[in-house]
Amino acid sequence: MADDRAGRNLPPLTLHVPEPRFRPGDAADFTHFEIPPAGDSPRPPIDAAPDDMRGHSYGLVRVLDEQGDAVGPWDPRLSPDRLLRILRHMALTRAFDERMYRAQRQGKTSFYMKCTGEEGTCIPATHALDRGDMVFPSYRQQGVLIARDWPLADMMCQIYSNSGDRLKGRQMPIMYSAREAGFFSISGNLATQYPQAVGWAMASAAKGDTRIATAWCGEGSTAEGDFHSALTFASVYRAPVILNVVNNQWAISSFSGFAGAEATTFAARAVGYGIAGLRVDGNDALAVYAATEWAAERARGNHGPTLIEHFTYRSEGHSTSDDPTKYRSAEERTAWPLGDPIARLKAHLIRIGAWDEDRHAAMDKEVAEEVRAAAREAEKQGILGDGMHQPFDTMFEDVFEEMPWHLKEQSAQMHAEREAAGI
Amino acid sequence: MNMIQAINSAIDVCMDRDPDIIVTGEDVGYFGGVFKATEGLQRKYGKTRVFDTPITECGIIGVAVGMAAYGLRPVPEIQFADYIYPALDQIVSEAARLRYRSAGEYTAPITVRSPFGGGIFGGQTHSQSPEGIFTHVAGLKTVIPSTPYDAKGLLISAIEDNDPVIFFEPKRIYNGPFDGHYDRPVTPWAKHPASAVPEGHYRIPLGKAAIVRPGDDLTILAYGTMVHVAAGVIADSGVDAELIDLRTLVPLDIETIAASVRKTGRCIVVHEATKTSGFGAELSSLVQEHCFHSLEAPVQRVTGWDTPYPHSLEWAYFPGPVRLGQAIKRVMED
Repeated sequence: MADDRAGRNLPPLTLHVPEPRFRPGDAADFTHFEIPPAGDSPRPPIDAAPDDMRGHSYGLVRVLDEQGDAVGPWDPRLSPDRLLRILRHMALTRAFDERMYRAQRQGKTSFYMKCTGEEGTCIPATHALDRGDMVFPSYRQQGVLIARDWPLADMMCQIYSNSGDRLKGRQMPIMYSAREAGFFSISGNLATQYPQAVGWAMASAAKGDTRIATAWCGEGSTAEGDFHSALTFASVYRAPVILNVVNNQWAISSFSGFAGAEATTFAARAVGYGIAGLRVDGNDALAVYAATEWAAERARGNHGPTLIEHFTYRSEGHSTSDDPTKYRSAEERTAWPLGDPIARLKAHLIRIGAWDEDRHAAMDKEVAEEVRAAAREAEKQGILGDGMHQPFDTMFEDVFEEMPWHLKEQSAQMHAEREAAGI
Repeated sequence: MNMIQAINSAIDVCMDRDPDIIVTGEDVGYFGGVFKATEGLQRKYGKTRVFDTPITECGIIGVAVGMAAYGLRPVPEIQFADYIYPALDQIVSEAARLRYRSAGEYTAPITVRSPFGGGIFGGQTHSQSPEGIFTHVAGLKTVIPSTPYDAKGLLISAIEDNDPVIFFEPKRIYNGPFDGHYDRPVTPWAKHPASAVPEGHYRIPLGKAAIVRPGDDLTILAYGTMVHVAAGVIADSGVDAELIDLRTLVPLDIETIAASVRKTGRCIVVHEATKTSGFGAELSSLVQEHCFHSLEAPVQRVTGWDTPYPHSLEWAYFPGPVRLGQAIKRVMED
């Protein structure tokens, strides 16, 4: 068969390797982005068939226009009070990130990850959920805990692995767990939380509960097998789950093209699974709130899961171990055409007469002070830079419910080893 | 009862007592499982407690972890242990470590059932014994029964345990004990005392081995199908060997093992899995650590070869009576 073609003058095959538009030193130009006007996207009924929603996987749900007005059918018509609470949680998250970033640079902890520029994704989404709804986060959803008013000092103790760390110093910084806040233990293995969220939602449905589950992952993680297993299960059992993909354009140094963004959108992953898909302006807090509220009502009404792509931009590096100037244009952050989520919500609140620059400046000071006070409280219980804060016995606890003989033996061995070494 | 019926009965008894137990897996619902281990359970407990899943092992276990986080006690089936690898990350990185990484905030009381082992002409994709992969992981318990009575009692303990348990079912002995003589007819469980399985609830504790046959000259450590192979070889060899069925690999009953080897001074470990870095290496090492001064001969390992499991050469791969018989001779002559 193949021999038939031998010697024929065929062009050599070529392998396509994606390349981002801009590299360090390049000017960032986003004019190729087609940004639909705010208010343009129709709002389907919550029981719409996934087939009728294909357009929503390729469009962009937007509420806030360029002037800061809320327009169109997705306007969630939130009270100024609720909007101000969302704004404050976003500002508090940014202040928390700033403080913890500096703490890492000061050697107080080993690692930190900011969500700067992405505060508009998980914080409004959390406000649109019920407190009892379960969240299976990735590593950049610190805003969920903050929006659920979880103590900042508790989060910091985890980051410092100090004596106040409820996780006994076992997890890397930012890998929180807070059962009381409906916040699942964070794994470092990407997208593993996706089928877990679907399983939680299926369990809730099987038990006739009313609570729903949400999962979060980055666009890069959509390439993981777990993501696709989760979507299959969610679709098959019509699980009451909201599956969020934060498309912040970069997975460390790999741009979204390596997860398939050149070919289609991430929301369009929903189409092949027969799931409702929504692509949302992730820097528009009102659009994110509205999309989540829609998906939550859909899930609660037994109409099935929703996949939401939050189209946003990672303003900072992937983590404190990353230097984005080495792989992307320095201009990207400022040239990002969908703006900054906090600035946009602030402009809206000023526009409706519920806010002004002075009050905003005062709020920024207040949240900075709140973070400072929490940091003082947390640091009283130690910082990672000081060394180990957990009793050594804790190393062998919680492997099993009851400690088996081999762990007891190893625990005793460790103590003897330390004693012999005079430690 | 044969072993499948005993397993079915264990799940039935547990589901009847605890409404939070849920059974999932490929073909486990209406059809009752390809080996029929879950037959009738969907009819009895309904489709929301016993249901079929898509063919995605990582999804089956990932979903089970989420169900456990909700408060259920999932009993997922992986149809063949050879297919457990796509689920490895969810088992090893998630279920096994959840209690530890969350300092007890979340736990994963999941019992992963899976038929394992060879001897059924299953080729390299229906014959593997991957227990060593799981015993190497902190936070997992690994259980392998060898009789219907044990299968039921151990499975009930596994399901009621608050830690994740890998429950490997030696499929070669689902219907009857197998002594390794593949050319002889197999006697069904019905003629074996271990088939007297009570209908109701009983437990066999995890971490307790069984002395199948007491003896003074040699200790043989086995589990699953190999317990019956070893029993047959001992009967033919005339050696007064003590045969220990480990029943659970983690936690391991080191006391019973050490007491036996100190008494006999000789030890053979036997399993179907490949030799290098297999659980036999762990057993051999533990025996050295605990019983070195009692040993009169080097500990022997009788295992499958370090090759994938071959289809047509199955009986040359299988650690049967010939391989074990020669090892007994070697260790007794030393």
